[in-house]
Amino acid sequence: MFKSLMTWVDDRFPATKMWNEHLAEYYAPKNFNFWYFFGSLALLVLVIQIVSGIFLTMHYKPDGAMAFASVEYIMRDVPYGWLIRYIHSTGATAFFVVVYLHMFRGLMYGSFKKPRELVWLFGMFIYLALMAEAFMGYLLPWGQMSFWGAQVIISLFGALPIIGEPLTLWIRGDFVISDATLNRFFALHVIALPIVLLGLVVAHIIALHEVGSNNPEGVEIKKHKDENGIPLDGIPFHPYYSVKDIVGVIVFLMFFSLVLFFAPEGGGYLLEHANFIPSDPLKTPAHIAPVWYFTPFYAILRAVPHKLTGVIFMGLSIVVLFLLPWIDQCKVKSIRYRGASFKVLLVLFVISFIALGWLGMQPATPVLTMLAQIFSAIYFGFFIALYFTSKNEKTKPVPERITK
Amino acid sequence: MRNLLSVILLSIVLGFSSLVMAAGGNLHLDKAPGDLTDTESLKRGAQAFADNCLSCHAADYMRYNRIGRDLGWTDLEVTEKLINTRGADGEKTKAGELMKVAMNNDYSSVAFGIKIPGLTVTARARGADWLYTYLRTFYLDDSRPTGMNNLAFADVGMPHVLWEKQGLQKAIFKTEKGEDGNDKHIFEKMEIVQAGTMSVEEYDAYVGDLVNFMVYMGEPMQLERKSLGIKVLIFLFIFAIVAYMLKKEYWKDVH
Repeated sequence: MFKSLMTWVDDRFPATKMWNEHLAEYYAPKNFNFWYFFGSLALLVLVIQIVSGIFLTMHYKPDGAMAFASVEYIMRDVPYGWLIRYIHSTGATAFFVVVYLHMFRGLMYGSFKKPRELVWLFGMFIYLALMAEAFMGYLLPWGQMSFWGAQVIISLFGALPIIGEPLTLWIRGDFVISDATLNRFFALHVIALPIVLLGLVVAHIIALHEVGSNNPEGVEIKKHKDENGIPLDGIPFHPYYSVKDIVGVIVFLMFFSLVLFFAPEGGGYLLEHANFIPSDPLKTPAHIAPVWYFTPFYAILRAVPHKLTGVIFMGLSIVVLFLLPWIDQCKVKSIRYRGASFKVLLVLFVISFIALGWLGMQPATPVLTMLAQIFSAIYFGFFIALYFTSKNEKTKPVPERITK
Repeated sequence: MRNLLSVILLSIVLGFSSLVMAAGGNLHLDKAPGDLTDTESLKRGAQAFADNCLSCHAADYMRYNRIGRDLGWTDLEVTEKLINTRGADGEKTKAGELMKVAMNNDYSSVAFGIKIPGLTVTARARGADWLYTYLRTFYLDDSRPTGMNNLAFADVGMPHVLWEKQGLQKAIFKTEKGEDGNDKHIFEKMEIVQAGTMSVEEYDAYVGDLVNFMVYMGEPMQLERKSLGIKVLIFLFIFAIVAYMLKKEYWKDVH
């Protein structure tokens, strides 16, 4: 019965073919480790955000006079509204945690290198869309930090010569952040950007499945196939990695629940204290800082004394990530077989990224600004040094096949 | 790989602990004695809130009868104890309505020069300790229009509404040379000038209950959130064991 139904469908739509290509007969390297959970987890968080977001949209009012109250209405009067809202706000942080770890994995094992340059580029565009999505979503609760955070970030565009001022006006739809801004950010947050994100995620996965997954050893499993054309070191994604990822999903959900149920404010870092005060265009909060996932770039912006130059450097700090496949010219992929120079550089890069993230949350004192300048230099230094050292790196011999 | 990680983690921890210690140093906040499971304290706090705050401040994301349901009052009791307002039609405000302010907004913005903030989620914006300190540190200051200033909120616009209960107090400051060479006024202690109807301990307890209620009002589902969280975690823990056994079974044949 089921078989004949599937045949009927398959004659009209490649259901079985797609199932096989992407799951049951997609051969993934057998040696995925801890770091390989974060791709599937990112997909999970995307689904969590879309589903919780749909329910929030049913009760939220994108109106300058009602937005703040409608969030509190969700928190109090909508059955389990508080749960949906906290899932969505915790999910935003979880998304960036998972994505940053996913990107770090790519850096470590060289997953951005040939032939996976497009996988990396699609991923970077996802990251960019995600940042826009998070930024616009953060305006919606319409608290003081929503308002003034958006005010600061949008005013950055004003630093651009000639087009700057008209551009900020065009983005805001008003001379200040206002009801018009809120309404359009809502539209972009719930429709435009999610569509872009979903499209990019599909492209990311199709590109990945075209070339096949990298692995911690950084060897190409497609080089050694058996007589049926199946990679000797590959195992079908389903059931092996589907059952493994379920374990990852549950462990992730445990951490997610710890924040969601026991610390949804995250000590004022996830839901900032000032955001429990309704937005007020006449009162600037004493200390404005973006949410943690933007702070590394914010720290770079503030480290530069000149506003336009700061904006340019902040832009470059993201652009340079796009260029990584061409900056890193080492033929060896995995950190396991790369030279000491790469290991040192990567450690410095991670330290500078985290340090900048911390600095971006702090008020700018002279000492902290100097630190931000040092760590910004290390951040960019990573890419410059990598460009020059990666070509002639002293690498170890890479095994032909996966042995461990 | 493990070495790489530990190097990164260690340098971050060492680097930041020294920076964090260098920061800080604002007004010392007294610890608020809050306990959300203490329903009697919350009830006293709700009464204090309705009697003192609600005439000028709104709490209009909260419904009166939500308090009743959570703390164990019937709608009738809620109406008797907490509601002092009437609607435009002259009828007494219903228990199911939002906790709107008694004072007219146009009047208050003229009288105090600002739109008086609502208090529903103030405990989440300011924190319980700040509120507890703020409500106990009003002191006499002739330079202010209300004759009062506040340690936690310099040049505060709000009059000391609870002065009859607390009494009037004078703040004693000492002057010290700061690091930058300028004189700094450092708060030393409070001195009661005119006793109130409550002793210091009674007043602290009264404010403690009020702050406890405001914490509850800021997030009324807080206890429910935590108890649901424990159930979810227990479920996930059991699910994790099953999922891990399933994974192990499948992976037996991978070498």
